[in-house]
Amino acid sequence: MSTEQSTIESLANREYKYGFVTEIESDTAPRGLNEDIVRLISSKKGEPEWLLEWRLKAYRHWLTLEEPTWANVSYPAIDYQDMIYYSAPKQKAAPKSMEEIDPELLKTYEKLGIPLAERARLAGVAVDAVFDSVSVATTFKEKLNELGIIFCSFSEAVREHPDLVKKYLGSVVPANDNFFAALNSAVFSDGSFCFIPKGVRSPMELSTYFRINAADTGQFERTLIVAEEGAYVSYLEGCTAPIRDTNQLHAAVVELVALDNARIKYSTVQNWYPGDKDGKGGIYNFVTKRGKCQGVNSKISWTQVETGSSITWKYPGVLLIGDNSVGEFYSVAVANNRQQADTGTKMVHIGKNTKSTIVSKGISAGFGQNSYRGLVDVKKGAANARNFSQCDSLLLGDKCGAHTFPYIEVRNTSSRVEHEASTSKIGEDQIFYCKQRGLSTEDAVNMIVNGFCKEVFRELPMEFAVEAQKLLGVSLEGSVG
Amino acid sequence: MLSINDLHAGVNGNEILNGISLEVKPGEVHAIMGPNGSGKSTLAGVLAGKESYTVSKGTVTYLGKDLLGMAPEDRAREGIFLAFQYPVEIPGVTNSYFLKASLNAIRKHRGLEELDAVEFLQLVKQKMKIVELDQSLLNRPVNEGFSGGEKKRNEIFHMAVLEPRLAILDETDSGLDIDALRIVADGVNKLRSKDRSVIVVTHYQRLLDYIVPDFVHVLMDGQIVKSGPKELALELEERGYDWIKPQAERSGAAV
Ligand SMILES: Nc1ncnc2c1ncn2[C@@H]1O[C@H](COP(=O)(O)OP(=O)(O)OP(=O)(O)O)[C@@H](O)[C@H]1O
Ligand SMILES: [Mg+2]
Repeated sequence: MSTEQSTIESLANREYKYGFVTEIESDTAPRGLNEDIVRLISSKKGEPEWLLEWRLKAYRHWLTLEEPTWANVSYPAIDYQDMIYYSAPKQKAAPKSMEEIDPELLKTYEKLGIPLAERARLAGVAVDAVFDSVSVATTFKEKLNELGIIFCSFSEAVREHPDLVKKYLGSVVPANDNFFAALNSAVFSDGSFCFIPKGVRSPMELSTYFRINAADTGQFERTLIVAEEGAYVSYLEGCTAPIRDTNQLHAAVVELVALDNARIKYSTVQNWYPGDKDGKGGIYNFVTKRGKCQGVNSKISWTQVETGSSITWKYPGVLLIGDNSVGEFYSVAVANNRQQADTGTKMVHIGKNTKSTIVSKGISAGFGQNSYRGLVDVKKGAANARNFSQCDSLLLGDKCGAHTFPYIEVRNTSSRVEHEASTSKIGEDQIFYCKQRGLSTEDAVNMIVNGFCKEVFRELPMEFAVEAQKLLGVSLEGSVG
Repeated sequence: MLSINDLHAGVNGNEILNGISLEVKPGEVHAIMGPNGSGKSTLAGVLAGKESYTVSKGTVTYLGKDLLGMAPEDRAREGIFLAFQYPVEIPGVTNSYFLKASLNAIRKHRGLEELDAVEFLQLVKQKMKIVELDQSLLNRPVNEGFSGGEKKRNEIFHMAVLEPRLAILDETDSGLDIDALRIVADGVNKLRSKDRSVIVVTHYQRLLDYIVPDFVHVLMDGQIVKSGPKELALELEERGYDWIKPQAERSGAAV
């Protein structure tokens, strides 16, 4: 049996253990990928012709590409013909009550301080049995509607707002951008669409947290966020509890577009299944995220806390096209046990007086390998561009690793690029100091690690920050002492 | 309170403490002096439970319990406090956050209710006065960028908040200017009580002018080679340590 098969199996078993029945066979496409599968996906979703063409073009291009191997990660080859690309509607027989949920799982949620109702949702309990999700979502939607904000699933956007989708889809991450983006473009299942019209400030954080029906996302999701002139939105992605997923490969694409004076703040707390202690199972998180500061004075900030996945390959970047535009990247990435993370950012300075800030905090524990890979690319026309990068690594234990790969390209003389890097080991002295003050080892590690990540957590919306802190504690549990 | 009996301890097989015996009763202040490298900090660390030291022989009883069998955090929760010779920096964690977590861990252990932010702040305001701690040090990361003197003052501030039963002060005087020395020593004196014992590790008599000890012990090569009343410190100040060693060897007794 191949490693891959056994990996899938272990995931499947795990799913079983939690009391889920897997997808209903009848609505599942056969294994493998070809043009017919792409057509099938498109027709199942009732898509317009242009979108099918777009998918097919992406697929044909994907065939010419090879899977990238430059990342500092290793994994058994993925057999793309052995995967299922369409299995919606994913009708899992939901457990009927909390009693049917694995108590271990509930304990984890409890530790995370997730509200009861939310715990149930995450565990997959049919939501209407717990609280009225529909009414929550409806009041929410009405409020946004009044302001002209569109926030819906990607499929709905294709149906209801085809012009907007057509205008912006692939405008930041072209279908032929890279291997995984091309694959996603060909077969993406669903995702989120968000449009903030001119001059509107979203009165609330938009989050998948509220969009209950979209919480159970597939492996190839696509997010598109557009902020028109002067608009502002803060968008939260993911949730802070283990989303169990039978899929092995998760190749999402996220595109952000900010017009003049617009601001987009995109926060992620990613906690996909990381695999077990020996590295068996877990999600390959190969994601392409990019923002385009198209207008003057626009600003895009990425804040990410990556604690899950067995492999993370992710470089949220910003194209700084508009003059005076600003790109920010704040990241905490954890690699524990056998996890591997190769993550960072790309800041491409094109407009004048563009500014970027990169703060990356990598935490390695167990046998985890954590790499920061960042590109700061200052083009010829980007007069007076500024970049400041800071990459800190924290090691817990001596079998893990931290690597930094900063790439800097500057093509004009008026720009200034600063890079600082540090690697430190969590000190026995620090832990002892905490214990001498009455704190347990776990609390000590937690506190030290959270202190290390402070500059990033500060960027997260308050509630998210609290949960991220707890999550970090859970994912590093038992890694020291 | 504390009873140390023939304690041997070391690092990686190197013996640093070679049979220490010491009795500390409630309310007493014991000063430990001795040349550099004689094992003073090691003794303090062993009592606080620092894991890098291995105890090869001997017993330590604290409030009737076997201290050496207790985890360091439990020792702290049971009232042992160590003011570090080299206080440790914890970047990104504010001093007040740290101290609140610490105090609440200790309170929880003792079955007391945890303090909320408001109650804690009230307590802290009052305790800051004891060592005249600068407000800004509360909101800065623990010890990060603190001057040497500020670190030492902060340690005693921790002590004031945590109200230990047995405080071990490892060279809290070093690095303090003359005024600070007096303030910190006064602070310690304010914290003296009939059921709180203090072990003061120092190189200098001048601290003991302020914190007047009940006993002075001289530690050399991992042994207590001489003990005496507070006047012993004066004698050491005058004559150094050289004269003690042969005498100790003659008598053959450590205590
Ligand atoms: N972790 C360690 N590894 C190796 N040697 C150690 C270690 N800790 C202490 N020692 C050694 O043990 C001896 C006693 O050290 P200790 O710090 O207890 O001395 P001290 O009396 O506190 O000295 P000082 O007055 O300089 O503070 C020294 O020789 C020191 O080098
Ligand atoms: Mg010392």
